[in-house]
Parts: sequence; C-alpha cells; structure tokens
Amino acid sequence: MIDGLYNLASGPLVWLALVLCIGGSFYKFSQMALLARQKDGYVYEYWSWKHALKSAFYWWILPLGSFNARLNPVMAIVTWVFHVCLLVSPIFLLAHVVMFETAWNVGLWPTLPDAAADVMAFAVLVGCIFFLLRRVTLPQVKFVTSGNDFFILAVVALPFLTGVLAYHQVGDYKTWVTLHMLAGELMLALLPFTRLAHAIYALFVRGYTASEFGAVRQIKDW
Amino acid sequence: MSEVEAPAAAEDTRTWVEKVKAKQQEDIAAGKYDYTTIEDANLDRAEKNLTEEHIQKVVKKWLATEGGARLKTYVQTCVHCGLCSEACHHYMSNSKDPKYSPVGKVKRTIWKILERDGRLTPAEVHEMSVIASTECNLCRRCLQYCPFGIDIGYLMSSVRRMCHLLGMTPLYIQDTAHSHAATMNQMWVKDDEWIDSLQWQEDEARDEFADIRIPVDKEGAEVYYSVIGPEPKFRTQLIYQAAAIFHNSGVDFTFPANPGWDNSDMCMFTGDFEMMGRIKKYHYESAMKLKAKKIVMGECGHAFRSVYDVGNRWVGWKMPPIPMIHSIQYFSELITEGKLKCREKYPEKVSFHDPCNTVRGRGLHEYGRHVTRVFCQELIEMTPNREYNICCNAGGGVINCGPPFKTKRVMSNEWKAEQLARVADQGVTTIVAPCHNCHGGLDDIIHTYHLPLKLKFLGDIIYEYMDKPEAE
Ligand code: SF4
Ligand code: SF4
Repeated sequence: MIDGLYNLASGPLVWLALVLCIGGSFYKFSQMALLARQKDGYVYEYWSWKHALKSAFYWWILPLGSFNARLNPVMAIVTWVFHVCLLVSPIFLLAHVVMFETAWNVGLWPTLPDAAADVMAFAVLVGCIFFLLRRVTLPQVKFVTSGNDFFILAVVALPFLTGVLAYHQVGDYKTWVTLHMLAGELMLALLPFTRLAHAIYALFVRGYTASEFGAVRQIKDW
Repeated sequence: MSEVEAPAAAEDTRTWVEKVKAKQQEDIAAGKYDYTTIEDANLDRAEKNLTEEHIQKVVKKWLATEGGARLKTYVQTCVHCGLCSEACHHYMSNSKDPKYSPVGKVKRTIWKILERDGRLTPAEVHEMSVIASTECNLCRRCLQYCPFGIDIGYLMSSVRRMCHLLGMTPLYIQDTAHSHAATMNQMWVKDDEWIDSLQWQEDEARDEFADIRIPVDKEGAEVYYSVIGPEPKFRTQLIYQAAAIFHNSGVDFTFPANPGWDNSDMCMFTGDFEMMGRIKKYHYESAMKLKAKKIVMGECGHAFRSVYDVGNRWVGWKMPPIPMIHSIQYFSELITEGKLKCREKYPEKVSFHDPCNTVRGRGLHEYGRHVTRVFCQELIEMTPNREYNICCNAGGGVINCGPPFKTKRVMSNEWKAEQLARVADQGVTTIVAPCHNCHGGLDDIIHTYHLPLKLKFLGDIIYEYMDKPEAE
C-alpha cells in the first residue's frame, strides 16, 4: 500500500500540487489586480515600486527594522526566523535538489548541509508552536482566532515534522517520506486558497500602503 | 509630644500618572466604562425602521458596486496575529478588551458582513455603526503596526459608508453632514454671517494694527486662507490671529466671500462620499475662481485629510489641483523666509501633540517642532510622538457624534491621559496641538483628569509672542 501511495505522491500529485499552487496563485493575483482596476483604479495611480520595496525591506528583510517589531522583539525574531527557514530550507535541502536534478536535469543551485537544514526545520516547528501558544494564550489573538487558523498552522507544520522524522529515520523511512511528500503537496496546493495566500498578497498590500505613505503623505510606514 | 498633622491636610504627593490611573479605577468601579446603555436618537430610529430584507439588499448592492480589491484583499491577507492591538487607544484604554483591538473591530463588522453576505439584523447594523463611528478614529496608527500595512481605518470607513447607505449614522454627526449639504459649511453658518464675522474681526484688529485689512474675494492673492465652520461660529479669535500673523508678515492673502470657504468635511466621516466630493469641488473651485496662488489652511487635521488626501481623490484629482499647505508648514516657511519673527519666547515648558492627520496624513511633524522651538523656551517631547503619536480620540468624526458618546470617548482614551500626565510630571504646563479636533479631545481629557495643562494652537503662541513692529 505504501508503495502505491509513494508512487502517487512522488508522481502525479507533485504535478497536481504545483499546478494548483502556481495556477491558483496566478488566478488569485489576477483576480485582485482586475478588481483593483475596476473599482480601485487609484491604486494603480498611486503605486510606487520605490516606496513599496523600501517598506518591504524595513518590515520583512531587516530584522527589527520596524517600530512595532522593536516593540515586540520576540515575536518579530521568531517570525523572521520562521519565514526564512520556511522558504530557504525546502529549496536548498540536498535531498530536494538531488530530486530536482534527477527528475528534470536542472537545479544546479547550491545546497545546504543536512545539519543546517535540520536545524531550520526545527526552527519552523518551534515557530509553529510559538504561534500556536500565542493563539491560545493572548486574548487579543484568541479573540480573532478560529478553526481555520489552527488548520493552516498544522498544514505548515506537517511537511517539516514528517521531514524531520524521515531524516532521523524514526520508524519506517519510506512511510515518513511518503507522508512528507503528501504534506508538502497539501501545503502547496492549499496556499492560494487559504490564509497562506498572504504570501501572494503581502507585497501588494504593503506596497500600496507604502506608496500612499511614501509618495502622497511623505511619511514612513514602518 | 510633637503635634501630628491631621491626615486631611496632607498634600497629595502622587504623580499625575498615578492620579490618572487611580481615577481610571474609580471610573471603572462607577460603571463609566460600561457603554451598553448609550442611546442615540437617529440610530434608535433607524433600527426601528429597517428590515433584514432591506438591509441585505442594500449591503449586497454596496458590496457588488463598491466592495473593491482593497476591502477584499485586506480581509484575505490578515493573518489574525493581533499585532495591531497595542496601536489602538480604544484597546489600550479599555483594559485591553480584545473587542476594541483594530482587528477585533474588523471581526465584529466586516467579517460578519462578508460571512453572512449582508444578512444582518437592524440591531447588528446599529452596533456596527457604533463600532465604526465611535470606536475608531480612522487614525491609521494600527496601520503602522501591521506587518502588511492593512488599513483598518479604510475598513472602518467602509463600514460607515454601508451604514450611511442604510441611514444608520449617529444623530449629531449626521446633523453636521446635513449642514454641509444645505450650506456648504459644517455649522449652519449663513452666507451673510460669514462675511459679517470677517468684517467684525477686521474691525477688532484695527485697534491693534491701524491699517490691517481682511481682504475678501481678492483676485490673484498669494494665499487663499481657508478655515473650518466652527471658526466663524465660535472661535472667531482664530480668524483675528491668522489675519494678524499674515498682516504682520506681509502676506498677500484673501478669504473667499462665498461658500467654499469652509474646508471641513464631516461627510467624509459619515460615508456620504457624494457630498464629500461636492464640498471639495466647491472648495477648490472657489480658490481657482479667485486665481489664488495657493491655499493655506488653518490648524485643522481632519480638513487637511479631506482636502489633501481623500476628497480630492473622489473628485478625480490625484493631487490637489492647486498647491495647498497646512499652516503648520506655512508658519515654518514664514519663519525660514525671515517674515515671521519671535519677539520673546513663550516662557513655559511646552509639549507638542502631533495630530494624526498632519503626521500620518502628511509628515509635518518637523515643521511643527521648528515653529515651537522658535517661539517657546523649552520643548519637552511626549512619547510616542511624530508618526507614532497617540490619537486624541476626537478625530475621525468621533467627537462629532456628540454628547451621547462623550463619556465613552473620554474613557476610551485614558491612555492619552497617561501620556499627558507623564509630561505634566516633567513640569510641562502647555500642550501645543495644531488641530481643532485635537483641542476638543485633549480639552475633555485635561478636564476629566484635572491635569494642570493649558492647550494652545501654534497660532495662539505666534500671535502673542511675534514681533509686531507696527502694533499700537
Ligand atoms: S485607525 Fe486608530 S482608532 Fe481606528 S482601530 Fe486603528 S488605531 Fe484604533
Ligand atoms: S496586525 Fe495586520 S495582519 Fe495582524 S491582525 Fe492586525 S490587521 Fe491582521
């Protein structure tokens, strides 16, 4: 049974997940862009890449670059490390890169030492636990939390959890690898259709605010 | 045996901060933080007249025609992290009750509207109007705290728009919106009363400056000076002061004779955007008809937001069609050009309150400090300040919702009271606040907490302490 699932997860489901992720993101993005054209045309008028990128730099790239990040340094650092690890480790993990190379004959990009990738995967899991604890303990977060928020935390945690278990060969390697692939595919497939879609929108939301603030109101927004 | 002083005569040695905090506890015990019994005649009336069917029809139509990408993307992007909470004075002042956090207010309004596809009870719409109109000043402070820059002020303003389409707007602010519609000014000032006020102030000023003029409808003037409705109505001395400062600095200025003179805009805050557009069009066209070189506006924050940022956009001007600047900046420029000089410095310790609309609406904070430093002996900063200032809780139309919501408004800004108390503890006696709404809001706070503070406009201090070579 696990062999069948393995073949499915490493074959057709990869494609399905990629199609849903890339196609879905493209669809969501164009929906937003078209709606903005129709009803908020001024967004295009005021848009300024310069201010958008500058604001994104202070908020997301530079650790503790924003006023609020400095007010909440623990949350800010955890969020920063979480996102960096979340993005970097899957792309540069040796096992993944080898897979791309054998499958597509591409991907000559550098790889991470396994130990580093392992630490990064743990960091993602710690981040998930931290966010979970915030959700259940801080009243202002609890008030706006619903089942969905827990669900996406689980969706993000699972690929990393199963990946770590597979790497450390806790139990049956093949089972964990299969689950790991399924979890990863689920995360990719759901990205455009859940709150994970903030990954698609973030730059444009931040960017519009930054454009208004930077160009019209001449004030920083970080 | 030495005499023991009676405890009653003991001096209150608490700091102002301690006094403010103690008063908050008393107010909580006295039930002042319970807002559930507030009645508003127009909201109550509208609640009786609406039906769920009608509400859904209107809300769906509103969403279909006006619910644009900003509204939808903001809702889809928000990760419910709560990081915006500590930006908001409503949340900070109401014992951090999460329902007052910015995202909490979005949950209680927009999320519900979208989830139910507009199927709301009249009581729910009533509650949403109260949330959007009295629990948010559209101050944009939370936007500075959100990792995505989600503009919750925009979302709350959208809720007000929806409520406007349902006739669910608090009575007092609706009255000012009616005044705009009927008279093109906020305070039911009649056309002849306006000119009368200008002439009266000119008369008064002649005692001080023999040849002062308050030119009306002069073509091609350097400066078209605009004020808000309350100035001719009950703060006429501000017109006097502005004229004195301009006269003294040799500025070629004029007031318009006709409607359009009032730059204020409560319709922007009730969600009556059609009317907002009309007001701004009148205003700009009145300046253009007079071929003025630029508009300078008095010390008001919300009007600046409307003229510089929001209203012009509705009419289709990306940026103001003729240069328009706030007097904070204009005063600073007059000083830099050497036209406005300080005779002697205001001798007391002052602190500068940044109005939301002049900092997050346009970074004018350093201009304000420039003027303050030139005219005052000592400036002690309150923190946070500049673009992170704490709102006065009067702006965004909240004070205009009138007496029914006054206690709620003042209680919901205990946080600002603490900030003012901190500077009072440092010996500050005077708060400089270059905005009308801020004056209203801070005045109520100062009185409620008996803080030993005076409030001044920049113009108040400039007028009193400027060099007046020809004054009699
Ligand atoms: S705009 Fe200001 S008043 Fe409104 S929720 Fe945000 S911080 Fe609070
Ligand atoms: S800080 Fe931004 S993303 Fe977080 S809850 Fe507030 S509005 Fe949503």
